Amino acid sequence: MSAPTDLTAAQAVDALGRGELSAGELFAAYRERAAADDLNAFAWVADETPARGAVEGPLRGVPIAVKDLFCTEGVPSQAGSRILEGYRPPYTATAVERLLGAGATLLAKTNQDEFAMGSSNENCAFGPVLNPWSRECVPGGSSGGSAAAVAAGLAPWAIGTDTGGSNRQPAALCGIVGLKPTYGAVSRYGMIAFASSLDQAGPLTRDVTDAALLLRHMVGRDPCDSTSLAFPEEIATPTAERLDGIRLGVPEELSGEAEGIEPGVQEAFERTLRTAEELGATVETTRLRHAEHGLSAYYVLAPAEASSNLARYDGVRYGLRAGKANDLVSLYTRTRHEGFGPEVKRRIMLGTFALSSGYYDAYYARAQKVRTKIAQDFATAFERFDFIVTPTAPTVAFGLGTKVADPLAMYLNDYCTVPMSLAGLPAISIPNGLAVPPQGGQVGLPTGFQIAGPAFSENAILDAAHALEGAIGFDAGGGRA
Amino acid sequence: MSYEPVIGLEIHVQLATRTKMFCGCALTFGEPPNTRTCPVCLGLPGALPVANAAAIHFGLMIGEALGCRLAPRSIFHRKNYFYPDLPKGYQISQYDEPLCLGGQLGDVRIHRVHLEEDAAKLVHASSSGRIHESRASVVDFNRGGTPLAEMVSEPDLRSAEQAREWLTLRCAVTPTSRCAARAPPSWAPRPS
Amino acid sequence: MIDREQVLHVARLARLELDDQEVARMVGELSDVLDHIERIGELDLEGVAPTSHVVEVANALRQDEPRASLPPEVALGAAPEVEAQGFSVPSPQA
Ligand SMILES: [Zn+2]
Repeated sequence: MSAPTDLTAAQAVDALGRGELSAGELFAAYRERAAADDLNAFAWVADETPARGAVEGPLRGVPIAVKDLFCTEGVPSQAGSRILEGYRPPYTATAVERLLGAGATLLAKTNQDEFAMGSSNENCAFGPVLNPWSRECVPGGSSGGSAAAVAAGLAPWAIGTDTGGSNRQPAALCGIVGLKPTYGAVSRYGMIAFASSLDQAGPLTRDVTDAALLLRHMVGRDPCDSTSLAFPEEIATPTAERLDGIRLGVPEELSGEAEGIEPGVQEAFERTLRTAEELGATVETTRLRHAEHGLSAYYVLAPAEASSNLARYDGVRYGLRAGKANDLVSLYTRTRHEGFGPEVKRRIMLGTFALSSGYYDAYYARAQKVRTKIAQDFATAFERFDFIVTPTAPTVAFGLGTKVADPLAMYLNDYCTVPMSLAGLPAISIPNGLAVPPQGGQVGLPTGFQIAGPAFSENAILDAAHALEGAIGFDAGGGRA
Repeated sequence: MSYEPVIGLEIHVQLATRTKMFCGCALTFGEPPNTRTCPVCLGLPGALPVANAAAIHFGLMIGEALGCRLAPRSIFHRKNYFYPDLPKGYQISQYDEPLCLGGQLGDVRIHRVHLEEDAAKLVHASSSGRIHESRASVVDFNRGGTPLAEMVSEPDLRSAEQAREWLTLRCAVTPTSRCAARAPPSWAPRPS
Repeated sequence: MIDREQVLHVARLARLELDDQEVARMVGELSDVLDHIERIGELDLEGVAPTSHVVEVANALRQDEPRASLPPEVALGAAPEVEAQGFSVPSPQA
C-alpha cells in the first residue's frame, strides 16, 4: 500500500471507511509533513492529533488546511495581517464549522495575501509562500498557502476564498484544482471580509472528485449570512468521461496572446480545446464584450468595499494597537499605519477615493453599471453555450519579487477570473499541463484551464472538469518532489 | 430685522424589540458593561448582520400610524465614519430607500422614517469625574446595535414651544417603542 | 490622475497615516491604476441599472429571539487595553 499522504481525500475517506487506515494515523502523518513545511504555507499547525477514536461524519476525520481568512475558535486567525497578529477569535466560520461537523479535522491554517489582497502571496505579513514546483516562484494568491500545501502534499485538501480569482489563480499556478462556487452558495459568516459582494469560499484539491466532495459539505443556506442561498441540489460525485453535446464558448476577450496570455499558456489552452472536441464537445469563439473592462470595474468595487470592511481595524477591540497614541485620531491613524501592509493601504486609498464625494459617480456608480453589463454578457452567452472556457491565469508562476513594484502588472493576473466574480458565477480551474515561461527556463510550470457556467451549475461544471481531467492526465509529481 | 424660527426634527425612537437590530443579543438595561455583546455587535472580523424581523415590523407600524407610504423595497446602507462607539467603522442605516416616506403627525409633515442601529455607550472616565479633564474613555457595547427608527419631520414647526408640544405626540408610537404611553387616541397606530 | 494633496486628503478620510515616502509612491501608483480604471469612462452606460449584488435575496430576516451573548471576559479578551470592564480609548475630548 502507498503512503497515506499519497491518497486523495476521497480515497482516504474510503480507506478510513474500510478500516485500512485510522484517522489518528492519517492526521499524524500529515501533521508531521505540515510541521516540516519549508514553503511557509502554514501560519499555524495543530500541535497534537485530536484525541478521539472513530470520527463521526462522512469525512471520517480526514484533515483539512484552512486559509487564515476564516475565523477558527481559539486558533490564530490573522488574515495574513500584522493588524491581527496572534488574534484568536471566539467563534468559528460557518463553512469551517460545517466541514468539522461532517468529520473533517483542522490540520493547519494557511498563509495568504493580507486580507486576500494579492495574486502572489507576497503581501503576507508572515512572509511569502513558495511555489512547490519552483521555489524561486510565487504560488499565486491570495489563497497561495492553501494551494501550495495541497500541491506539495502537505495537506490532503484545503479551503480558500476567491474574490477575483484567489482560489482559481493559485490553483492554476500550483497545478491543482480550485473552485469558486456561485456567489451565495457557501456562507460568508466568519470569513474575514475583503469585498463582501464578491467574496466566496471554495475548495482547493488534488483532483476534481475531491473538489466535489469538499464542496458538498460547504454549501447551504446559513441564517447568519443574509446573502447565502440554499443550494438547489446535492453536489454529486462527478463521473463523466465524455463531453458529448457540450457546447464550449471561448471568449475572444479572455484568450489569445493579444490579450496578454503567455504563448505557452495559450498553447496549452488550445490543446485542451482540441481534447474537449475529441471528447465530443463543440468549441466556438464568442464575445463577452465588456469582459475586458472587468478588471477596471473590479479594481473600483473591491477596494471600495474593502475600504469600508477594513474600517473596523482601529486598535480598540482586538488586534494591534500602536503605542504612544495620546489622542483618538493618532490611535487610529498610527495603528492602521503600522498594522496594514503596502497593498492593503493602496486598496484602502483607492476605495476611499472611489467612494469620496465628487468621484462616486465617475468611479463607483459607473463600475456597478459595468458589472451589470458583464453579467448580461454572460447571460447571453449561456443561451448558446453550456460553459465559457478560458486560460485561468495569463501566465505561469512568476519569480518572487518580479511584480511587487508594479501593482498594475500584478492586477493583470486576475484578468481572466474577475469577470466571473463580478457576475457571481461558478468557475473551476483544473491543471492543464505545463508550459515554459517566455523568458525560458528548464522546467515547465503548471497552467490552468478555467470552466465557468451559469449560477448553480456546479454539478455540471464538475462533471465537465472530471471528463477533461481524465483526458489531460496531468502529472502532479513535480509539485511533490 | 426679525427672524422666524423654522424647525424640523429628527427623532430617534428606540424600538421595543427583545434583541438588537442585527444580532441576537438581548436588550436589557442596567447590566454590567459588555455583557450583552457578540461577534456581530462587537464588529469582530468575519461577523455579518442579519436584520431583526420585529424591528422591521415595528418600523412599518410607525409608518402606518403616521400615514406614510411604505416602501415596497427598502435597503440598508453603510454610513462610514470612525468613532470608538461604532465598532465596524460604519453605522448600518438607510439612505436612499428608507422604510417609510411622507406622512403626517398633527400639523407637521413627516419626511421619512428609517431604521438604523444605535451606537454604543462611551463613558468618559476621569479621577475627578469631570469630562473635560478626562484623558481616557471606556466603551460599553451593551447598547450598541439597539434598533432605532429615525423619524425626520419637514421643517414645519415655528417655535420651540410648538416643537416641545409636538414632541409629546411622538408617544403615539408607544406600542412599539420604549417611550411612555401618553398619546391621544387619535394618534394610536391603526390596526394593520 | 491623483495628486499629492488628494492623496493626503483621502488618507485622512481613511484614518491612515502615510509617511512621506508612502505618499510619494501612492501618488504614482494610484495614478497608474486610475488611468487604467478610467477606461470605463468611455463606455456608453446610459440607462444601465447598477449592480450592487448579484443575488436577489428578499426578506432574509431573523426572528426576534435572544441568543446567548459572549461572557465579558471573552468579549474583552482580545482588547489591547481594558479598564472597568470596558474597551479603553483615548478620550475623544482629549
Ligand atoms: Zn450582539
